[in-house]
Amino acid sequence: MSTTTVAHHDEHHDDHPTGIMRWLTTTNHKDIGTMYLTFSLVMFLVGGSMILGIRAELFKPGLQLMNPEFFNQLIGVHALIMIFAALMPAATGFANWMLPLQIGAPDMALPRLNNWGFWILPPSAILLTLPFTLALFGVGDGALATGWTFYPPLSVQGGIGVDFAIFAVHLLGISSVLGSINIIVTIYNMRAPGMTLMKMPMFAWGWLITAFLLIATIPVLAGAVTMLLTDRHFGTHFFDAAGGGDPIMFQHLFWFFGHPEVYILLLPVWGFIPQILQTFSRKPMYGYKAQVYSLWAIGALAVVVWAHHFFTAGMPVPALLYFMYSTMAISLPLAVLFYCWIRTMWKGSMSFETPMLFTVGWIILFGIGGLTGLVLADVAADAQYHNSYFVVAHFHYTLFAGGIMGIMAGVYYWLPKMTGHMYNEKLGKTHFWLTAISFNVTFIPQFFVGLAGMPRRIPDYALQFAEFNMISTVGAFVLGLSQLLFVYIIISCVKGGKKATDKVWEGAQGLEWTLSSPPPYHSFTEQPVVK
Amino acid sequence: MQGMKKLGVGAVALFLSLSARADFTWNFPEPVTPMALDTLHVHNKFMLITAVIFVAVLAIMIYSIVTHRQSKGYKPVADKAPSTAVEIFWTLIPFAILLLIDFVIMGIPAYHSVVMMEDTRDQSTMVIKITGSQWRWQYEYLDGDAKGIKFVSNLATTNDQMHNAADKGEHYLLEVDNPLVLPVGEKVRILMTASDVLHNWWVPQFGSSRVAVPGFIRETWVQVEKAGVYRGQCKELCGKGHGYMPVVVNAVSKEEFAQWATKKQGEQQAANDVKEMTKDELLAQGKVVYEKNCAVCHQVTGAGLPPAFPALTGSKIATGAIFGADGKYQKDSHLDRVLNGKGVMPAWKATLNDTEIAAVITYERNALGNTAAVDAIVQPAQVKAARE
Repeated sequence: MSTTTVAHHDEHHDDHPTGIMRWLTTTNHKDIGTMYLTFSLVMFLVGGSMILGIRAELFKPGLQLMNPEFFNQLIGVHALIMIFAALMPAATGFANWMLPLQIGAPDMALPRLNNWGFWILPPSAILLTLPFTLALFGVGDGALATGWTFYPPLSVQGGIGVDFAIFAVHLLGISSVLGSINIIVTIYNMRAPGMTLMKMPMFAWGWLITAFLLIATIPVLAGAVTMLLTDRHFGTHFFDAAGGGDPIMFQHLFWFFGHPEVYILLLPVWGFIPQILQTFSRKPMYGYKAQVYSLWAIGALAVVVWAHHFFTAGMPVPALLYFMYSTMAISLPLAVLFYCWIRTMWKGSMSFETPMLFTVGWIILFGIGGLTGLVLADVAADAQYHNSYFVVAHFHYTLFAGGIMGIMAGVYYWLPKMTGHMYNEKLGKTHFWLTAISFNVTFIPQFFVGLAGMPRRIPDYALQFAEFNMISTVGAFVLGLSQLLFVYIIISCVKGGKKATDKVWEGAQGLEWTLSSPPPYHSFTEQPVVK
Repeated sequence: MQGMKKLGVGAVALFLSLSARADFTWNFPEPVTPMALDTLHVHNKFMLITAVIFVAVLAIMIYSIVTHRQSKGYKPVADKAPSTAVEIFWTLIPFAILLLIDFVIMGIPAYHSVVMMEDTRDQSTMVIKITGSQWRWQYEYLDGDAKGIKFVSNLATTNDQMHNAADKGEHYLLEVDNPLVLPVGEKVRILMTASDVLHNWWVPQFGSSRVAVPGFIRETWVQVEKAGVYRGQCKELCGKGHGYMPVVVNAVSKEEFAQWATKKQGEQQAANDVKEMTKDELLAQGKVVYEKNCAVCHQVTGAGLPPAFPALTGSKIATGAIFGADGKYQKDSHLDRVLNGKGVMPAWKATLNDTEIAAVITYERNALGNTAAVDAIVQPAQVKAARE
C-alpha cells in the first residue's frame, strides 16, 4: 500500500457488492455514517409527525381528533423516537463519518461491530411503533402509554406496548453501547502520529466522554426495564410496595441513566460547535484546555445529579439539598463553555453561512434552555415547575435547540465535504430563519402556560390555557413543515450542485479538510502526521 | 441577528394583541400560602438574574457579530501562542460569577425554602389524608372538628362538554362534585398516598406538590391565608383519565368550617345507615354512581373499551349468580369484583359505601342492556354483610 490514489482502491475492492447488499454488508465508516444519518432523518420526521398530531389535538380545548389513550401513546413514543432514533443516531452518524477523518484514521477500529451496531436500529424502531399497527388489527391496545419514562405502577398496568418498548430500548441500548466501544477504541488507538489527546479535535473529546457515559449508564437502564418486565410477567415485586418494593426506586434507576442521557445527546454537539465557530470566525478556538476540562466536569457531574428529576416524589432534606446544589454546580463548567464559545467569535473575522447561523442561534436558544435549567434546580420553585409545561419548554430548548439545531449546524457544515457539492445557501438560510422563529413561537408560550399551571401530558385543558396553546400549535406546524425544506436541501445537495473545494470553508481547520470532497471511499491509507 | 430582533418584537406584539381579550397570566397565579409566596419570590429573583445574564451575554455577542465581521473587512486578531494560563484565568471569571449566584445569592435562600417546605409538623393544627386513585381524589379528615369525614371528589364536567357537544363552562375540567374544604389560617399537614399508580396533588396557588405513591405515605402541608376556591390538577401521568382528575379546594373561615364539618358528619352518618331500598331507588342512585365512577372505562352504554376495559353489557360477571347456596358471595362474582377489584379494575370497598355499591351493582344488572336472571337486586345489607 504505497500509493493512496482513488483508482487503486477501486481495483482493490472490485468484489464490492452493489445494491442493497452493499448497505447490508458494508463495513465502511462512511457508508455506515450515511446510514445512521439517513435513519436519523427519517425517524426525525416520524417523531415530528407524531407530535404534530398532539399539537393539533391541543389546538383548542375539548377532544377533537383522538381519545386520551392514543394521545398518551403518541407523547411517549414521540420522545423515545426523538431521543433514541433521531438524536443519538445523528450523533453516531457524525462520529462514524468524521472521527476517522478528523483523527487521521483509515476507518473505525471495529468495522463489523459498527455494521451490526447500525443494523440493530431499524428493527428496534419497528418494535417501538409496531403496537400502533397491531392495534389496528385488534391485537393489544396500542403502544406504550406511560410517557417515555416508563414509571411504574402505570407501566406495570399497561398493555403489550410496554413490552414492545422494553425490548426496543434493550436493542437501542445495545446499539449505543456497541457504537461507544467502537468510538473509544478508535480514539485511543487510531490517532495519527503526533496527535496527542490534548491535540485532538474537540468533537473527538465530546464523543469520548459521551461514549464513557453511555457505557456507564445504558446497562442501568437495561437493568431497570428488565426488572419492570419481570414485575409485569413473572411475579416479582421490585416496584410494588405490596411485595416490599418501591415505585420510586424505578425513578432512581431510570434517571441514573436519564440525566446523563441529556449530556449524551449534547456532548457531541458541544464538540463540533467550537469547530464551526473557529471556522467561521477565522481564528482558533478559545480556551481549548478549559473546554476539555469543562466537558470532563460535566461528564462527571452528569452521573451524580439524577434525583432532581423527581424532587416532588419525596426525599429527605439532606438529599434534596445535595441534589439541588450539585445540579446548580453544572452551570459552572457550562458558563466556562459559553464564555469560550463567545470568546472564539470575539475579534474574529466572522461570516454567516448557514452552519454559522445555526451555531449562533444555537448558542442563544441553548442559553435559554440552560438558564431555565438553573431555575429548575431550586427545590422550592421546582414544586411549581415540575411536570408543568414550563419543563416541556425548558427541555425542548435544550434538546431541540441545543440538540437538533446543533445537529443541523453540523449537517450544513459537513454536507459539502460528504457529498462533494455545495448545498443551496439561500434555501439553507431560509431554513434557519423558519426553524429559529417557529421554534420560539412554539415554545415561548409553553413557558407561560406552564407557569399559569398547565400540567404536561394532558389531552385536554382548562379554558384559561387556550390562547397560548393555539399559538404554540401554529408555531409547531410551521416548524414541522419547515423541516421538509431541510429534507429537500439535503436531497438536492446529494444529487448535485456547485462543486465543493477540498477545504470547503475558507477558515476550516483540521485533517478532514485536507482530503478531497467527497473523500475517497478509503481515506488515510497512509497516516498523516500531526506536528 | 436582525431577524432575532424582529422575532422578539413580533412575538411581543402578538402576545399584546391577544392579551387584550384574554385573561391569561405571565407568571405564577396569585399565591395564597406562605410556601407559594416564597416560591414566587424565588422564581422572580431567579428570573431577574437569568434575564440580566442573558441580556448581557447577548449584547456582547451582538456587538461582536455586528463589528467583527468579514464583510466589514475586520481582520481576526493575530493568534498568539496559546497562553494557557491566561486563558484559564479568563475562563475562571464566568465560573466565579456563577459560583456566587448558585451558592450564595440563590443557594442560601433556597436552603431556607427547602427546610420550610419539608417541615410538615411544626405548628400544624390538623391532619388530612389524600388518596389518589384512577381518576379521582379521596379526602379523609383524621382529627379535629371534622374527624372521620371521608369522601370522594370526582370531575364534574360533563362528557358533552369534553366532546364539544355542549358549551364549555367557566371552570371546564377544573370543577368537582365534592371539593376539599379547609379552614383559613390553619397549617394543615397532608398525608399523601395512592391506591393504584402515581398521582400528584397540585394546586398552583398553594405552591406545594407531592407525588402520591401507592403503598407509601408522603407528607406536605398547606396553610391557606385567604378564603376562596382554588383549583388545580393531577400532574403525574396516571393513565387515560390523567387530564380528568382536578383538585378543588374551598378555603373557608374557621366558623364556617366547623359548621360544614357538623353538617357533613350528619350526612355521612345517614348515608352509612343501612336500610332496605326498592329496585327503583337502587336503579336511580346506581345510575348516578355508575356514570360518575365506572363510565370512564366501561362507558356510559356499558360497551367498555375492549380489550383493556371489558364490556358490562352481556358480561357473565354482571349477569351471573352472586350468592352461593350458603348465602355468601362467590369468588369472581359481580360483588367480589366491585368490592375487591382485579388487575386494572380497582377495589371499591374503601371508596364507595354499602348503599352505593348495592345501587351500582343493581344498576349494572338491570340496565346497560342486561337483565340478570339470578340475584337481580343487591341490597345494602348484603354488601354490609359481605364486608364482614
